[in-house]
Amino acid sequence: MPVEIDVQHVARLARLALTEEEQERFRRQLGLILEHAENVREVAAVDVPPTSHPIPRSNVLRPDDPAPSLSHEEAMASAPEEESDRFKVPRVVEQE
Amino acid sequence: MAEADTAKATRFETVIGLECHVELSTATKMFCGCLNAFGAPPNTNVCPVCLGHPGTLPVPNEKAIEYTIKIGLALGCRIAPHSIFHRKNYFYPDMPKNFQISQYDLPLCVGGHLDIEVDGETHRVGITRVHLEEDTGKTVHGGATGRIGGAEYALEDYNRAGVPLVEVVSEPDMRSAEQARAYLTELRATLESLGVSDVRMEEGSLRCDANVSLRRPGSEELGTKIEIKNLNSIRSLYRALNFEEERQQVALERGEPLIQETRHWDEGKGITTHGRSKEYAFDYRYFPEPDLAPLEPDPQWIETLRAELPELPAARRRRFQDELGLSAHQAGLVASSAEWARFFEATVSAGADPRAAANWMTGDLAALLRETHQSLTAAKVTPEHLAELVKLLDEQVISSAGAKVALAEAFATGASVDAVVEAKGLRQVGDSEALGGMIEQVIEENPAPVEQFRKGKEGVLGFLVGQVMKKSGGAANPKVAAELLRERLSGSG
Ligand SMILES: [Zn+2]
Repeated sequence: MPVEIDVQHVARLARLALTEEEQERFRRQLGLILEHAENVREVAAVDVPPTSHPIPRSNVLRPDDPAPSLSHEEAMASAPEEESDRFKVPRVVEQE
Repeated sequence: MAEADTAKATRFETVIGLECHVELSTATKMFCGCLNAFGAPPNTNVCPVCLGHPGTLPVPNEKAIEYTIKIGLALGCRIAPHSIFHRKNYFYPDMPKNFQISQYDLPLCVGGHLDIEVDGETHRVGITRVHLEEDTGKTVHGGATGRIGGAEYALEDYNRAGVPLVEVVSEPDMRSAEQARAYLTELRATLESLGVSDVRMEEGSLRCDANVSLRRPGSEELGTKIEIKNLNSIRSLYRALNFEEERQQVALERGEPLIQETRHWDEGKGITTHGRSKEYAFDYRYFPEPDLAPLEPDPQWIETLRAELPELPAARRRRFQDELGLSAHQAGLVASSAEWARFFEATVSAGADPRAAANWMTGDLAALLRETHQSLTAAKVTPEHLAELVKLLDEQVISSAGAKVALAEAFATGASVDAVVEAKGLRQVGDSEALGGMIEQVIEENPAPVEQFRKGKEGVLGFLVGQVMKKSGGAANPKVAAELLRERLSGSG
């Protein structure tokens, strides 16, 4: 059973500009993934809880103990640009 | 305004829900060992984890989980036996990862309540959920105008990125700005008592968004919901809600449709302005955070935390009334914060009469703190100062005018009240010999009032006593001065 997906919407959310050819290709590929999930949903019985994590572990925590941070210089080494000791980045773009 | 108020009462009902964000006062951040500290130089408390460098893994801070469970327990929530973190994806540069780790459909605490008191009536506000997330960095908008819309670039300080942040979401159970104010005040006091946050709204460690809508009374359906952001004081919340209530009221009366939108509170102008319409709402594409294991708090751990809960403000208010004889109003003021309650109890322990101590705290002391923009903890005045003051006043060693002077001086210098009383000569002069000279002078300098008193005008005595007080610099015992004046003037003179 093919599953439809709004590729343009997904592309907009990911800030991707896709050509029409790309849109068509991703529509097919993403559709296949959703179709697979749909198949799984069909065989999953009600007594099977949804899995968010494949490994059955919980409560992996750390004590509230300080660890060294990076030096300011090291931290800023990955900044595209710097001003006033801060990361200078493109202005905030509101979603259209 | 009065007309609108009447219409408001009869035609529409206000429905308010609050979403409050609380920065936890842990030593380190939520998912890494960087310091959780306010006011450090930009980008000094950052590491590969909180900067979102590839290949790094977050590990939750146990203390932050503990604090969140305590908040949930204090608010009567159920602690979820299984909860997980989600990624909230968005294109804002305040998170270097392009997503924020938060909780979505499986929060840590669900379904509690907080009781508030307004005008002597208790009102229960439901708590939908309490969840844990990470705070974002701080953005300075640079370029053309400095405003978000016109900014050409953004400057990011990531010291705050990754600080543990708890969100407390209330049910839409409040019906007035007064109730919302009482809720935020009570929540703040509760968090402060728990010792889980600095709750400094001016520093952003407690922040609040309000959802407000109007509907016809009796209607179960909610009206168009407006979200107000940028409320960084209890006063802002109160003013913004009053403004918004009025704005929506007028629009509905004119038959203008309201749109679901986010509005920003402008503290300077005292208005809300249009932010973002809901039709452009972000699609955050939440999905389970694969790098973090689920939280499944052991029931025994939860009970241990429950046993550690301190006395909460509501219980404290009751105790101050029942055991220390404060009025409901006094108890409300003194028990409103853990800081004030501690100071008050220490003053009482030091021997002060509870009611007198409460009066001085909520009167002169509160005024001094307001004038100097100080917190009680940071002030030089101590519970011992206040206890001494109350005692000297009670023993009539000083007058209440003298006590005011002594408190102000102790507040300013931290000197003991005894020392201040001596240094400033505030000891009440009660012996007739010392007062006698001053009384003679006052009689001499005020022949007309003296004459009036002799002719039977009793009220003038107060004026003459005032003159004696003035001459003595507040040191005269007014009762003794009045007696001496009466004695002296009823004689032959
Ligand atoms: Zn870090």
